[in-house]
Amino acid sequence: MGKQEFTISIFSEDHIGILNQITIILTRRQINIESITASESAVKGVQLLTLVVKTSSEMVRKVAKQMEKLVDVLKVFVHSSDEIIYQEIALYKVKTNGLMSGDIIDNIVRNYHAKILVISPEYTVIEKTGHKGEINDLLNRLEPYGVLQFTRSGRVSVTKQVKELNAYLTEMDEANRDNNREMESYKKN
Amino acid sequence: MKEQTEMKQADINIHGTENITGAEAILKSLMEEGVDTIFGYPGGAIMPVYDKLMDYSHKLNHILTRHEQGAAHAAQAYAMVTGKPGVCFATSGPGATNLITGIANAYLDSVPVVFVTAQVVSSLIGTDAFQETDILGVSMPVTKWNCQVKKAEDIPATIARAFYIAKNGRPGPVLIDITKDAQFDKLNYKYKKCEYLRSYNPNIPLHKKAVESAAIMINHAEKPLILAGHGIQISGAEKELKAFAEKTGIPVAVTLLGISCFPADHRLYAGLLGMHGNYGPNVLTNQADLIIAIGMRFDDRVTGNLKKYAKQARIIHIDIDEAEFNKNVPVDLEIHNDARDVLEYLIPLTENKSYESWIREFRICDKIEYDKVIKPETNPEEGPILMGEVINTVSELTKGDAVIVTDVGQNQMAAARYYKFIHPGSFITSGGMGTMGFGLPATIGAKFGRPDKQVIGFTGDGGFQMTIQELGTILHHKLPVKLIVLNNGYLGMVRQWQDMFFKKRYASTELVNPDFVTIISGYGIPARRVIERADLKDSIAEMLGAEGPFILEIAIAKEGNVLPMIEPGASVSDITLNYKSPQ
Repeated sequence: MGKQEFTISIFSEDHIGILNQITIILTRRQINIESITASESAVKGVQLLTLVVKTSSEMVRKVAKQMEKLVDVLKVFVHSSDEIIYQEIALYKVKTNGLMSGDIIDNIVRNYHAKILVISPEYTVIEKTGHKGEINDLLNRLEPYGVLQFTRSGRVSVTKQVKELNAYLTEMDEANRDNNREMESYKKN
Repeated sequence: MKEQTEMKQADINIHGTENITGAEAILKSLMEEGVDTIFGYPGGAIMPVYDKLMDYSHKLNHILTRHEQGAAHAAQAYAMVTGKPGVCFATSGPGATNLITGIANAYLDSVPVVFVTAQVVSSLIGTDAFQETDILGVSMPVTKWNCQVKKAEDIPATIARAFYIAKNGRPGPVLIDITKDAQFDKLNYKYKKCEYLRSYNPNIPLHKKAVESAAIMINHAEKPLILAGHGIQISGAEKELKAFAEKTGIPVAVTLLGISCFPADHRLYAGLLGMHGNYGPNVLTNQADLIIAIGMRFDDRVTGNLKKYAKQARIIHIDIDEAEFNKNVPVDLEIHNDARDVLEYLIPLTENKSYESWIREFRICDKIEYDKVIKPETNPEEGPILMGEVINTVSELTKGDAVIVTDVGQNQMAAARYYKFIHPGSFITSGGMGTMGFGLPATIGAKFGRPDKQVIGFTGDGGFQMTIQELGTILHHKLPVKLIVLNNGYLGMVRQWQDMFFKKRYASTELVNPDFVTIISGYGIPARRVIERADLKDSIAEMLGAEGPFILEIAIAKEGNVLPMIEPGASVSDITLNYKSPQ
C-alpha cells in the first residue's frame, strides 16, 4: 500500500507526558515523525499537537484511533494535505558580504516572499513562511552565498472543514449529560 | 494538651474537611472506593503509607506477598473474580519496576487494577536518587493512564480519577506515583468520586441504527456464529448472551478469556477458539456466513493466518474500544458500544430460530475431535498420566463449580480445554501477555476474592518456579488454596514447538528440578506427589477435601503435546488433529 503524507491534529488536556504517549504509539509501528508542533488551541486549556507522518491511509487510521483512545486526548483529526491550509516557517542565516553585491538580496526577498529580520556586517537573517518545497527552493538559492544556519519549524495547520473542536466538545458533554440522566432515572426506577 | 484537642477540633470543622497526612488520605480514599483488600510489598519510600496502614488494619486487609510481581498478579486475579478494581502497593525504584510484568499482563487482558507506587521525595526527583526510577516513563506503554502526585492535597482527586479510569470503558491498569513528602504532608481531606472526564467518555450512546442493521443481518443468516470474548464478562452480559443465543439459536464459541461466559454444557456451546481451541469452532469459522464478534479483539492466536480468516463471512463486531475495529480483521458492521447494552436492544429485534443442520456440523466436528484427541487425552488406559486426564478428573470431582486459575503453557491450554466451566468468572488466566509465573500468585489473589469458592490453580514445573516464593504468602495468610503442579520436567509448550517446528532439538527446555514436595513442605503446606494413575483420583479428592492449603505434584508424560493446534501461519480451518513426532 502506497505511503502518503498525513497531518494528524491531536487535541488534548494539558497533561504531562501526553507527547510521550503519542510517540509511543508511532514508535511501536515504526512510523517516523516528519514534523511536530505543539501549541495552544483556540479552546482555552486545550493543547494542540500537529504531527506530519508518511504512512498508508489504513495505518494512519489505526494509529489515530489508538491516539484518541488515550485518556487525556480529546479528539484526533487526520487530514491529507489538500484538506488543510498549512504553513511552515524557516530562518536562514547567510553571510552578508555575498548578498550585498547588486540587488541580489532584494530579488530574493521579492521572488520568494521572504522577509529580512536582521542585517549585520557578518550575517543576514532571512525568514520565509511557506510549504516545505518552497522553503527548500530558497535554501538552494541561498546556498552559493554561504548559509551559516538553517532551521525549519514543524507544520502548523488549520482545517478546511467547518465543524470546529468546540462543537465536538459540546457534543461529548451533552452525550455524557444524557447518559447521567438516563442512569439517574434508571436508579430511581 | 488542651490546645492540641482544640486544634484538632478546628481542623475537622473547617469546611467539613479533616486535616490528615497524605498517607492517611490514600487509605481513606481507597476505602471511599470500596477497597478492603490490598496486595503489596513495603519499602523505603512507601513507609508512611504502611505505617498508617497499621491503624486501619481492621478495615483494610493488606496481603504481603513475597515479590511485587506476585502482588500485581494477585491483585489482577482478585479484580477478575470480584469485578472490583484490584489494588496493589509497591515502593519506589525496584519495587515499582518489579510490578511491570504484572501491569502489562493486566493491560493486555483489560483488567482494572490501581497500582500505587511511592516515589522519592520531590526535591530529589531527577537526581538519580537512591531507589529512584522514572516509573511514569517506564509504565506508560503498559498502563491505561498514569500520574505522579507531588502534593498531598492532590491525592484524593487523583485516586478518584484513577478508579474512574481503571473501571470504566475498556478497563485497564492505572498507576499513581506518590512522592514520599506528599505522603508525610498534611491536607484538608475531602473525597469526591470522579464522575466525568471531558477527555474520556466511556458512556457511549447506543448506536441503535447499527444494532437494527445487525438484527437484519442476523435474521437473514444461514450459518451464523457468535464469538464471545472477555468483554461479555466485563460488561456483565452473560445472561443477555445466553438469552440472545437461545432465541436466535446461534452457536457460541468463546475466546480464551471468554471461557465461562457461556456454560460449557449448553447445547449451543461450540467450544474454544484459537490455536489450541476446539476443532469445530475453528474449522467452521471458515464456513459461517455471519460472524457476530462480541467483546473480543481478533487476537492472532484466535485468527491464525489473517489472509485465510473468515473471508466468506460477513462480520459484525461489537466492542467498547473503537481502536479494535478493523485493527486485525476488516468488519462489515461495527457497533461501538457496551456488549450488554447492545444485546439488550438487539434481542427483541431478532427472530426465534434454530439451525439444526448447522449445529449438527459442530457436533460432527466434536465427535471427530473426541475420537482423535479428547478420548485418548482424558481416558488413557496405559502409559504415564496425561494433563487432560488430570483436568478432567478435577472437573468431574468439582462438578465444574470451582474457580480455576492457570499459569501459561500446556497446563493452561489443557485446563482451558478439559475443564467444564459452568459459572461466569470461573476461569482466571494470563491471556494476551502469556506470563509464566502468573499461576501461583493469581491463585492466591482469586482465593482472597472468592473465599467461598474452591479455588484451584494449575501450573507447570517451569511457571511454578518463576514465582515459587509466593508459597510464603500462602503460609503467612493460612490461605486454603489448592494447587496442582503438572510436572513433565520440561518447559512443555516450548518443547512442543521444538518438537513440531525445530526438528525436535530441545534447546534449553529440559529442567533439572528440585524435590517440590520437600520445598512445599518446608513452607508448612501439605503436599503429595502422584506418579501412578491408580492414585490420581484419590489424591485429587484428598486435596479437594483438605481444609487448609494443599498442593499436588503430578508426574505427567514427559513429551505430551497439546492438540489440536493451528500451526503458526496456518488457517483456522487447517487445524492439526494428528501429530506424530519424528523419531
